[in-house]
Amino acid sequence: MNRYKFSALLVALFLLNACSGNATKDGTDDVLVEERNGASTSGVSGEGANGSDLGAEASVIVGEDGYAGSELNDPSNPLSNRVIYFDYDSASVRAQDQAIVEAHAAYLGKNPNLSVRLEGHTDERGSREYNLALGERRALSIRQLLMLQGASAQQFRVTSFGEERPAVDGSDESAWSQNRRVEIVYIGR
Amino acid sequence: MAKRLIRSLTLMAVFLMPVQAFAVLKVEITGGSDSALPIAIVPFGAEGQKAPEDLTNIIRNDLESSGRFAPLDNQDLVSRPTEQSQVNFADWRLLRSEGLVIGKISSQDGENYQVQFQLFDVFRGQQLAGKRYQVPASGLRALGHQIADVIYETLTGEKGIFSTRLAFVTQITAGDGKKRFALQISDADGANPRTVLQSTQPIMSPSWAPDGNQLAYVSFENGKTEVFVQQLLSGQRKSVASFDGINSAPAWSPDGRKLALTLSRNGNPEIYVLELSNGDLIRVTNNAQAIDTEAVWSRDGNDIYFTSDRGGRPQIYKVSANGGRAERISFEGNYNASPDLSPDGSKLTMVHGANGGFYIAVQDLKTGSMQVLTESGRAESPSFAPNGQMILYATEQKGSGVLAAVSVDGRIHQRLSESGTVVREPAWSPLKK
Repeated sequence: MNRYKFSALLVALFLLNACSGNATKDGTDDVLVEERNGASTSGVSGEGANGSDLGAEASVIVGEDGYAGSELNDPSNPLSNRVIYFDYDSASVRAQDQAIVEAHAAYLGKNPNLSVRLEGHTDERGSREYNLALGERRALSIRQLLMLQGASAQQFRVTSFGEERPAVDGSDESAWSQNRRVEIVYIGR
Repeated sequence: MAKRLIRSLTLMAVFLMPVQAFAVLKVEITGGSDSALPIAIVPFGAEGQKAPEDLTNIIRNDLESSGRFAPLDNQDLVSRPTEQSQVNFADWRLLRSEGLVIGKISSQDGENYQVQFQLFDVFRGQQLAGKRYQVPASGLRALGHQIADVIYETLTGEKGIFSTRLAFVTQITAGDGKKRFALQISDADGANPRTVLQSTQPIMSPSWAPDGNQLAYVSFENGKTEVFVQQLLSGQRKSVASFDGINSAPAWSPDGRKLALTLSRNGNPEIYVLELSNGDLIRVTNNAQAIDTEAVWSRDGNDIYFTSDRGGRPQIYKVSANGGRAERISFEGNYNASPDLSPDGSKLTMVHGANGGFYIAVQDLKTGSMQVLTESGRAESPSFAPNGQMILYATEQKGSGVLAAVSVDGRIHQRLSESGTVVREPAWSPLKK
């Protein structure tokens, strides 16, 4: 596919998403279950099993902006920073990131109708299952700080992806340090 | 207009979805077969219709890839007997191969095949094993593995594992830069790959039911972890755990009736036991400060081994399946996780962290002594072969995930790889019942 076609597709996906409204259906994706011989597809689970999930995927980018106004996107505002990074095997928020967490806590406190999904992630090292739990621990530690500083419990959903969704592919400290993170994702209610 | 646009875009999107290629794993011996036993495998005599599979080659590859046998080259065979009356043991003794395998395959119609083989002790001039089979053409490959199993067991005293299967997770990066995930199974030699589940979201932790007919696994298809149980023959599946928080690390009880799971529904990852028939849950661990995960059942089903960082760093512990006080099992180093128990219950394999690397180690449960089996520091997800002789694990080679296996004594090393596909989280099936 040439570059022109690819950008046309991107625009089209954007339009598709716009047409279908603010679909913030998170993560219902196509899953094919196949028979043992691999010959045929015996069942397709989940709604939007065909092309429509592409709309949902695109909406992760588009939907975020839709909901939460300009404060979140103003680069000079600490709220524009929605990824908190961690040290190896640690769930403690670093001193330099406290201000970012405080800003989100205050914003959530002021806007009780907003809620966020806290997505915990780890780097690729060590046990996958342990990392899944570690990702949750990181997200919960952010939740606790946000709640201590003014947000309320019902404003949160906590999800861990462990090491399964790295922000950056690679096996060096630079990639690892960018993957040990919690993403604060604003969602509508 | 908008509707038509959407429809044509949907069509386009369908065409753009990359086809998930089957990973065809190739097994290679990468070290330690010097002590392999020489064996002569004479190409089987053929009568009538030609067989669609090269049976001799399947048997030969199985035995060779185990690292325990060194089949002689065909050009070194002194003669090509196909039945016992043609065997002159004195000739074979000169080749120093202790075992000699001969056989015949015949078919009138090309649909059904009669196969016979004999295994001889060359020095004693005696038959050690001999069998006759009748199979449809589609069963020839499986029969090859079955014959290799008989030869292996007769000569080593250990069960053969050539008729078993592997489950593993693959990941490809599509042209659009997005990742596609699949749960696949294949024969133990990598042949016959088939896709169990395909998803745009990660899949984790496949676990074989003791009957070999079902897999439990973790899928992120609904945006968070969820545990499914899937029938391999029908493809039917069922979500068995989708609570708030983590739903992960499924492990079948030896009787196949229960699944141990990690759930954080009460705020912290703990081990639970799920009764599959009625959905009853028993909480096994209770430690609000710690991560408790990666349950493995003891062979009698009374205890559960698991990973916990209750002591500060991840280590292996053991607890009664009904709950209670946990006992620490691993003591060497400050990172031990992902336990798997040997089929006889005498050893635990685990990921052992040391000097910034992660290695496959095995711990003798009686003496407590631990041995590190791998050299590369990028190993994870160890899984015992059902005969307890090999440990399959995931590692990295040239930046891509590959599977590898090591013998429990650390001498034999194999690699199972497929270019262009990341392969990980292997689980070795139980023996065929």
